[in-house]
Amino acid sequence: MNGAAPQTHPSAGRVSCSRLALSGRQRTLLTAALAALALGVIVAAGVLLPDTRLATDLGARNQAPSLANPFGTDWLGRDMLTRTARGLTTSLALGMAAASVSALLALALGMAAATLGKAADAAVSWLIDLFLSVPHIVLLILISFAFGGGARGVIIGIVLTHWPALARIIRAEILALRGSEFVRVSRRLGRSNLHIATRHMFPHVFPQFLVGLILLFPHAILHEAAVTFLGFGLPPHEPAVGIILAEAMMHLSTGRWWLALFPGLALLAMVRAFDILGDNTRALLDPRTAHE
Amino acid sequence: MSDLLEIVDVSVSFTRYEAGLRRQKLEVLSGLSVDVRRGEVLAVIGSSGSGKSLLAHTVLGILPGNADVSGLMLFGGEELTPDRQRQARGREIALVPQAVTFLDPLMRVGPQVRWGAPDNGNGSRTQAQRHVFARYGLTSEVERSFPSQLSGGMLRRVLLSTAVVSGASLIIADEPTPGLHPEAVAETMRHLRELADEGRGVMLITHDIETAIGIADRIAVLYSGTAVEVCPARDFVSDGEALRHPYSHALWRALPGNGFTPMTGAQPSYGDLPNGCLFYPRCDRATRECAEERPALRDVRDGTVRCIHVT
Amino acid sequence: MTAVLTYLAGKTLRLATLLVAVCALSFWLMHISPIDPVQAYVGADMMLVSPDQRAAIAERWGLDEPPVEQFVLWATSLARGDMGTSMIYRQPVSTVIGERFLASLALMGTAWTLSGVFGFVLGVIAGRFRGTLIDRVIRWYCLTLASTPAFWLGLLLLMVFAVWLGLLPVGLASPAGMLAEDVTWLDRLRHLVLPALTLSIIGVANIALHTRQKLIDVLASDYAMFARARGESETGIILRHGLRNVALPALTLQFVGFSELFGGAVIAEQVFSYPGLGQATVQAGLHGDVPLLLGAVIVSTLFVFVGNLVADLLYRAIDPRTRAKAPS
Repeated sequence: MNGAAPQTHPSAGRVSCSRLALSGRQRTLLTAALAALALGVIVAAGVLLPDTRLATDLGARNQAPSLANPFGTDWLGRDMLTRTARGLTTSLALGMAAASVSALLALALGMAAATLGKAADAAVSWLIDLFLSVPHIVLLILISFAFGGGARGVIIGIVLTHWPALARIIRAEILALRGSEFVRVSRRLGRSNLHIATRHMFPHVFPQFLVGLILLFPHAILHEAAVTFLGFGLPPHEPAVGIILAEAMMHLSTGRWWLALFPGLALLAMVRAFDILGDNTRALLDPRTAHE
Repeated sequence: MSDLLEIVDVSVSFTRYEAGLRRQKLEVLSGLSVDVRRGEVLAVIGSSGSGKSLLAHTVLGILPGNADVSGLMLFGGEELTPDRQRQARGREIALVPQAVTFLDPLMRVGPQVRWGAPDNGNGSRTQAQRHVFARYGLTSEVERSFPSQLSGGMLRRVLLSTAVVSGASLIIADEPTPGLHPEAVAETMRHLRELADEGRGVMLITHDIETAIGIADRIAVLYSGTAVEVCPARDFVSDGEALRHPYSHALWRALPGNGFTPMTGAQPSYGDLPNGCLFYPRCDRATRECAEERPALRDVRDGTVRCIHVT
Repeated sequence: MTAVLTYLAGKTLRLATLLVAVCALSFWLMHISPIDPVQAYVGADMMLVSPDQRAAIAERWGLDEPPVEQFVLWATSLARGDMGTSMIYRQPVSTVIGERFLASLALMGTAWTLSGVFGFVLGVIAGRFRGTLIDRVIRWYCLTLASTPAFWLGLLLLMVFAVWLGLLPVGLASPAGMLAEDVTWLDRLRHLVLPALTLSIIGVANIALHTRQKLIDVLASDYAMFARARGESETGIILRHGLRNVALPALTLQFVGFSELFGGAVIAEQVFSYPGLGQATVQAGLHGDVPLLLGAVIVSTLFVFVGNLVADLLYRAIDPRTRAKAPS
């Protein structure tokens, strides 16, 4: 039996991947940093580009993209790059503010549902169902209408429509924690619900919360832009991306393609950057849930 | 020499990329030699992590892509190359899985079993499946059921049918009785014995030594990815003095009926196997030579063993 | 049988509570709005309206009653099937919604089917060739689509197909100056293409990514491993076991996606001036047409509810695993 010469079966297959000389974690970190950098550039452009580029310049109307005006100019001779950067910065600030409040709402309701007993849980579940039962855009239109349009309406609308998914995650996470050893010990020691919630549960759900928050930003920004585009959000004199694109639509038949192409592309890039930042942050904080 | 399946010095390793280019090689089977003969039941025993299921996957050729196989496998005297494995699996070598999760939950049982039967036209597959179902007392109602609708007893017979219907000459049963009550285990073992008595070779993979001894002709004891001993089942008697390898002794003595002596230590991890005998860190007969070189396979008293101290 | 009845009763009760809550919430939001419905009704001619006429309009719409009574008034007529009269279209709300929802259904149905089929196919391909270049391309494409503003995609399509190539109309479901009866099916179809395409392209992302993940799960399952051990090829496993096990969750997801589908339709209809319920919702919101806006909210809520209900029923009726658990 020992006489047989060992043979190899190479077709059993080998690992077929050539990777950069970076570990998974390093790559994740780098990707997240690049995404954050991209967002930083957008904000810097919005803040640093001078107002003079937004002045009406009838001599430089409707110019196609060039080195001086990489995104072209509009029908008043305003630089589209500057308008876009301003618009994105506005959308980003608005979206982040609204998404943050919404995430806090999700945290509060998720924790309440998981810790305050059956009735609270049922109430929160019902509220989640209620806010998911109307399409987001319709609810946003409704709320915006209720507050007479403007930034206030959009922010309240986004706050009220974006919390349910995150609240569910936090609720589930805390329910899973509740049965854990240290929480039971703490309870036996006579700690109050509030103490347990803030000292034990919050630190545990914080990573989930942070990732959920970052991933709310792109949603909020897209919804703000959409609602503003439809005419319910920011007023026309505000430099919002939705406004810029709504105006571009009116000039569509003129063939000035740059009016719509670049601002939309920039919005897409910003939203994608937030998504990448969120996904990679999740991979860094919780390797278990990170796929590939 | 065996006329059905012969596994000679087979090693399997997985390559994993730890951090970037640092490759880690995990040797999960190392120099494993064992054979299965026609008409016999060979029980492969060992604790979890000893490589029992991997052995089945290696024979069938269904290891994941990053596995590296070396050594020689013969099936019916012919080398079992990947091409030959592709041809043989499901037709000449059949697997009996352990649980309902191995059946497609959304497909009726009849068609699932039928698929494995040789297709000679004229609905021969359906006939073959009904024939096997009749043998195991499975009604046509079972045939039309989904796996989730079957009782445990029916399910075990359905799983067995998937192998029998193929007409395979080698049947590999991978833990066919996980956590079952004694009568159910006995029934399954009786069915496997029948298959062997009909002339097939049966490889029964299990961690349940007592059950294995009751039905098997021979027993292979796996430890850390190698067969430390292959011997007649009858050697597992009284205080185990007929056994060869110290690990077989330890396994035997750890049984409730034989002293219930627990073993100390744990199997070495696959990324960090000892250079010498795989068992020496836990062995009470270990000497310096044991730590230096892997013991060669030796024929001792009607069996084979990997230990230099056995006489 | 009783299980089915209990289930249906529970669902009906849930729908009822949700609808009442949605109605009350919507009505309250309308009520606190600073936009004067009378002004919204009269529009730019506000200067020409005397205080008497104003009062007459307010009385006609019941605008002077206290809010709770207004709500009761509105709710009771709603229960009789009377959703009021649309201020901007000067037609009963039910008529406006009936016509426009049909147009929206054509749009959403087309997009739903196309995105479902393409998304499923893309997802299966990506899952089958997991980790390869084609998988990475499909995933990149889907993730980028998920970040794409639907209205911008609509603008791009308009720019390319309507303005540059002149292939398809810029807007309006029926050409201007033509009577509705003269509009042919071909015309309608031509106006449907671009909004449906916009909605389909956006809709592909979710279903493709989901299908990909499900197929990867299936291929890693015990039953796929067993199929391999029985000599089935990878393609055979996907055809025999993969599609079967991925189709149901994918279909379920498509039904659960009714909410986003409607939201997408609102935007696409506005960009392409497609006369569906979405566009009417936007117009109602912009011009303060409270009865129409409330009607649109109710109909869209029902639409979303039906989607969820069908998804739930599919799961119960088709999946043998849940069927087996039912008391027999």
